[in-house]
Amino acid sequence: MIETAVKVNKKDAKLALAHIIVAFIALFIGGLCGFLQVLVRSGKVQLPGGIGYYQVLTAHGVLLALVLTTFFIIGFQFAGMSRTAGALSNKARLTGWIGFWIMTIGTALTTFYILIGKASVLYTFYAPLQAHVGFYIGLALVVVGSWISGFAMFAHYARWKKQNPGQVGPLLSFMSVVNMALWLICSLGVAATVLLQFIPWTLGWTEGINVLVSRTLFWYFGHPLVYFWLLPAYMVWYVVIPKVIGGKIFSDSLARMSFILFLFFSIPVGFHHQLTEPGISPTWKYIQVVLTLMVVIPSLMTAFSMFATFERFGRSKGATSLFGWLKFLPWNDARFLVPFIGMVAFIPGGAGGLINASHQLNQVIHNTIWVTGHFHLTIATTVVLTFFGAAYWLVPHLTGRTFTKQLNQLAIVQAVVWSVGMTIMSGAMHWVGLYGAPRRSSFSDYGGSAQAADWIPYQIAQAVGGSMLFLGIILVLYIIVQLLWFAPKGEEEFPIGEAEETAEKTPLFFDKWWLWITIVVVLILLAYSIPFTHMIQEAPPGSPGYNRLC
Amino acid sequence: MHLHKYEKIWLAFGIGSLILFLVIVGINAFVTGHQPPSSDKTVDPQVVGEIAPFNKPGLKKIGKNEYQLVVLTSAFSFDVGTQDKVVEIPKGAKVHIIATTKDVVHGFEIAGTNANMMLEPGHISETTQTFREEGEFTLLCNEYCGSGHHLMHAKIKVVDQS
Repeated sequence: MIETAVKVNKKDAKLALAHIIVAFIALFIGGLCGFLQVLVRSGKVQLPGGIGYYQVLTAHGVLLALVLTTFFIIGFQFAGMSRTAGALSNKARLTGWIGFWIMTIGTALTTFYILIGKASVLYTFYAPLQAHVGFYIGLALVVVGSWISGFAMFAHYARWKKQNPGQVGPLLSFMSVVNMALWLICSLGVAATVLLQFIPWTLGWTEGINVLVSRTLFWYFGHPLVYFWLLPAYMVWYVVIPKVIGGKIFSDSLARMSFILFLFFSIPVGFHHQLTEPGISPTWKYIQVVLTLMVVIPSLMTAFSMFATFERFGRSKGATSLFGWLKFLPWNDARFLVPFIGMVAFIPGGAGGLINASHQLNQVIHNTIWVTGHFHLTIATTVVLTFFGAAYWLVPHLTGRTFTKQLNQLAIVQAVVWSVGMTIMSGAMHWVGLYGAPRRSSFSDYGGSAQAADWIPYQIAQAVGGSMLFLGIILVLYIIVQLLWFAPKGEEEFPIGEAEETAEKTPLFFDKWWLWITIVVVLILLAYSIPFTHMIQEAPPGSPGYNRLC
Repeated sequence: MHLHKYEKIWLAFGIGSLILFLVIVGINAFVTGHQPPSSDKTVDPQVVGEIAPFNKPGLKKIGKNEYQLVVLTSAFSFDVGTQDKVVEIPKGAKVHIIATTKDVVHGFEIAGTNANMMLEPGHISETTQTFREEGEFTLLCNEYCGSGHHLMHAKIKVVDQS
């Protein structure tokens, strides 16, 4: 039997909590910005005091897509690794703290320049729009800080392997290492564009910027970024949920296999965000479309595993009919229900993703608000609800408090409010996106256009849904504050599932990291080297910076 | 590694559908020529306004019921060759759209049609659209380009001339 700590080490708990607190502060500010946006876009409200729509939109994107996610994920993974691979060494923990502070300083710097209106370039910061150099330096610090934490996790895993020769690493730790490897490899792209292109260009050291190269480096990072968000949600589904419902992990090997496949097929796929761009051959676009859709395979494996776990549990409790096992699931336990709603949202979310990435159909929805509707299902429902569901046991586990019945009920109300609000908002976005309403745009009647007039009712629906989501944010923040400082003291379990007793031993080859990394690098070179060389060799004159437009 | 029998069936069905899907998309792309806009021409964005065809934006007849529409964008305007930013296109006309930007990245979208592409400084973007339905269509910028992004638009009027 592999020995694991039942409780996260107290010092490690502090490190994890620090990350989680920053994440929830980002949720509050970013969520408030989202609320303001839906109000403005309805056409009924104007922002006071010279606050810009695009300034608010930049803050919303940066704080939620980059800060909330990265901080929560790193905090969750430190806790998970401490729980399954033992307490961090003093060195690893110190490294984690250094990473935390660098990320936090970076976040503060970037947020500062957004709030003073010097960086309304949105979270994708497409050149040649030019923000204050502090915005880019802050982002670079966030990325570098996350790398440092990643190295602490790698070292911790390696130490466990050394202490347990001949054994495969604990599942949750293994998954965290896959996710950080994915993150390190993909964020090299955004680091390269920020450090080699944006910062020298903003400081005036270089005259022009190669726009297409900067966008390509961004999207080399931008799509794996979404898998970096999704994989921790999958960790909760694969490892935690089986224990919460009282069942078993369907297959430890299959879970690892799906994570390795995500590592392979997350990165060489950025062109599906650039399908309607000039300067990239349609053949290379198609090749990356094929690589993109390979993630269907691990997604199907995950769906199968989840429902197999659910069904086996229900049948072990005596269910006999085709769907009778559904009755036995703990529907009134927020730790199960909230992530479960996230899983359900991934069905339309994933289907929408297939549409977006499918070469020709992309032209119908590209840069329409359909896309915004899509990722509010995937990230803002599937991932975020899973994170909320995890925070409900993780935060009290770390603070030595308990998730009380009342808080559990409130968490269920929160999830219902979120689901209804998101159905309205995301539904309206999808629908009106098909009519052509653009994303990332303030309210406009487009010169009295009849088409744009038809979009207004949907924009009002977005405001209704978005307001409910903000209420949802207030509720979850109330619960988190309770769990951090006020809930009754006690022991809250960090649930870690076990594989079925009949399952065969997980093969050791899953820990062949150099093989996996080599395959990833080969796939990236295959997908990118020729079109990327073309972008540099056939580049038009570079673009000067435009910093007065934004 | 052992796979459960049901999982094998599930994955075979899923992977089979995926391959079928990719083959259909591939045939659409490479056999029937339905590719996303991917023009490979470049131009100096600083002086593009002096270079043909962008020195004369607007609609030009190039064949029977076939036209070229040249559009030059800058923050925050579409230059379509007319003062009122309205382009009249005969119903049923096949229009080859050629567009680029003088400054930042813009989006080119004719709402209600499949004409939708990115415009990037230094690169020329091209797409072809046949206007089969009468009516007014909004040409708008769908990529954030600065504080006036949502004010950037023009109008395509498809008129029945028969």
